[in-house]
Amino acid sequence: MKLSSCMKEWFSAKNMKLVTRPFGSDNPITVQVLGICSALAVTVKLQPAIVMALSVTVVTALSNLIISALRNTIPPRVRIIVQLTVIATLVILVDQVLKAVAYEVSKQLSVFVGLIITNCIVMGRLEAYAMANKPWPSFLDGLGNGIGYGMILVIVAFVRELFGSGTLFGFRVVPESFYAAGYSNNGLFILPPMALIVLGIIIWIHRSLHRDLIEK
Amino acid sequence: MLRNFIDKIKPNFEKGGKWGFLHSTFEAFETFLFVPNEVTRKGSHVRDAMDMKRTMIVVVLALIPCLLFGTYNVGRMHFGALGEAAGFWRMFGFGALKVLPMLVVSYVVGLGIEFIFAQVRGHQVNEGFLVSGLLIPMICPPDVPLWMLAVATAFAVLIGKEVFGGTGMNIWNPALLARAFLFFAYPSQMSGDSVWVADAVSGPTALSMFASGNMEAVPSIGDLFWGFVPGSVGETSAFCILLGAFILLWTGIGSFRIMFSVLVGGILMIWTARLTGATDATVGQHLLSGGFLFGMVFMATDPVTSAQTRCGKLIYGFLLGVMAMLIRICNPAYPEGMMLAILLMNTFAPLIDYGVVNQNIRRRRKRQLKAEACR
Repeated sequence: MKLSSCMKEWFSAKNMKLVTRPFGSDNPITVQVLGICSALAVTVKLQPAIVMALSVTVVTALSNLIISALRNTIPPRVRIIVQLTVIATLVILVDQVLKAVAYEVSKQLSVFVGLIITNCIVMGRLEAYAMANKPWPSFLDGLGNGIGYGMILVIVAFVRELFGSGTLFGFRVVPESFYAAGYSNNGLFILPPMALIVLGIIIWIHRSLHRDLIEK
Repeated sequence: MLRNFIDKIKPNFEKGGKWGFLHSTFEAFETFLFVPNEVTRKGSHVRDAMDMKRTMIVVVLALIPCLLFGTYNVGRMHFGALGEAAGFWRMFGFGALKVLPMLVVSYVVGLGIEFIFAQVRGHQVNEGFLVSGLLIPMICPPDVPLWMLAVATAFAVLIGKEVFGGTGMNIWNPALLARAFLFFAYPSQMSGDSVWVADAVSGPTALSMFASGNMEAVPSIGDLFWGFVPGSVGETSAFCILLGAFILLWTGIGSFRIMFSVLVGGILMIWTARLTGATDATVGQHLLSGGFLFGMVFMATDPVTSAQTRCGKLIYGFLLGVMAMLIRICNPAYPEGMMLAILLMNTFAPLIDYGVVNQNIRRRRKRQLKAEACR
């Protein structure tokens, strides 16, 4: 009885909204325009993009949880340093785990795993949410923002890998007969500018679906 | 008779009429056929026949010599490389078979997107694409696959123009954007050592000969001037380009400041490069080969994307000429720098204007203060 009421409170509609809001109307990439540079760098292929999305989700969720638990004991003047220490610790952990279980992918992601520390989404959520809210909602907020970020990453990577290399997850999906008929892969999709353009088009579609997001 | 027909069907396209949602399409065709009968209702206005349609059609006229010669040259290169003798009309016919489909694809795709956007946003369809649609096939090699041309045109119109709000709002020249798209997306098709000469025969352009230092193989100055060399459809003949430049300058549509300063910048840069030994080609060879002249006359002078102030035009043109030659001579990966130079300077044109306008404001303020101090 006690557990079920507890669960009800934990997964209340308000808390669930913390997770789902960043998917659409408060998306970290398309609405808050944070984390753009890693979205350009790791989206040439789907596999690294998904690994990157997972890593960022883990880091945002856990760092939100830890900072929120510590929030009343952190002196405001040194809060940035404390936040950075927590983030850096988590990123190093993620990096080590990746090296242990998925060495090939971690080699492809190279420096970008380490650069999660500087990803604005992580710090932004700590400052904007975790410093002022209880641990559980903070955890959900971090989770939601991580997934919202990852979603866009995966969409961009899908488009870029499909048109740029003709593959998905490294498997050829564009049939050979297309190439025989004169089709060729679009080299521009491999280059970073196209990630920016694809991102721009996603933002365009998103805003024309949700007119209230359009800035005056 | 046509007028009567249009007047008869017009009410259908007015607001609330049967096909009211097609208003802008109708409007486009009506003004294409006749002078618009709307006049400014209040305030003063300039009485001049020089509206946007007229401007655009003059540029199209100026491009015609290049287009006709380019068509002929495609056939000439084809039969020349195969060692066959052929009459003028046979060469021209062969070229037309190559060039006409490119023109059709570029117009159909570009105008299609333009019409859809005008319809959805309730704008008027305007004539900006008449010129871009003609330029796109002229700056592509004749063997570019038509589907690539269609994709590039769609990209240029969508990302280059509609995103920024349509004709007149674009930052970059749409035709060059289409070419840049092709250049980076399908590099093997576009330029370098093995461009199209004839079906199943390919050879280097004069520019890639410069880059590889193979100076004996470069065609003579005469051939470069008249245009009997392989290259993109419209850009080979310096003579036809100068004819177009004459039309543009005579009607006052192309800016002589830009053309002049591009030329000065280019020549200065070639001289510098020759002094330092970076290039073996002479000034004439550099100017006459590749897209330098074509870009200078038809693309750098684009009134939308170039600088607007007089002084700004000179700075814009000079830097453009310098950049074009700098990229061409110093970067082995890009044998032709004109496209990238124009796109780069398009980006900076508003900044140049901003600087020039502010400089003017400062100068006049100083003069004002001085006048007040004397009094």
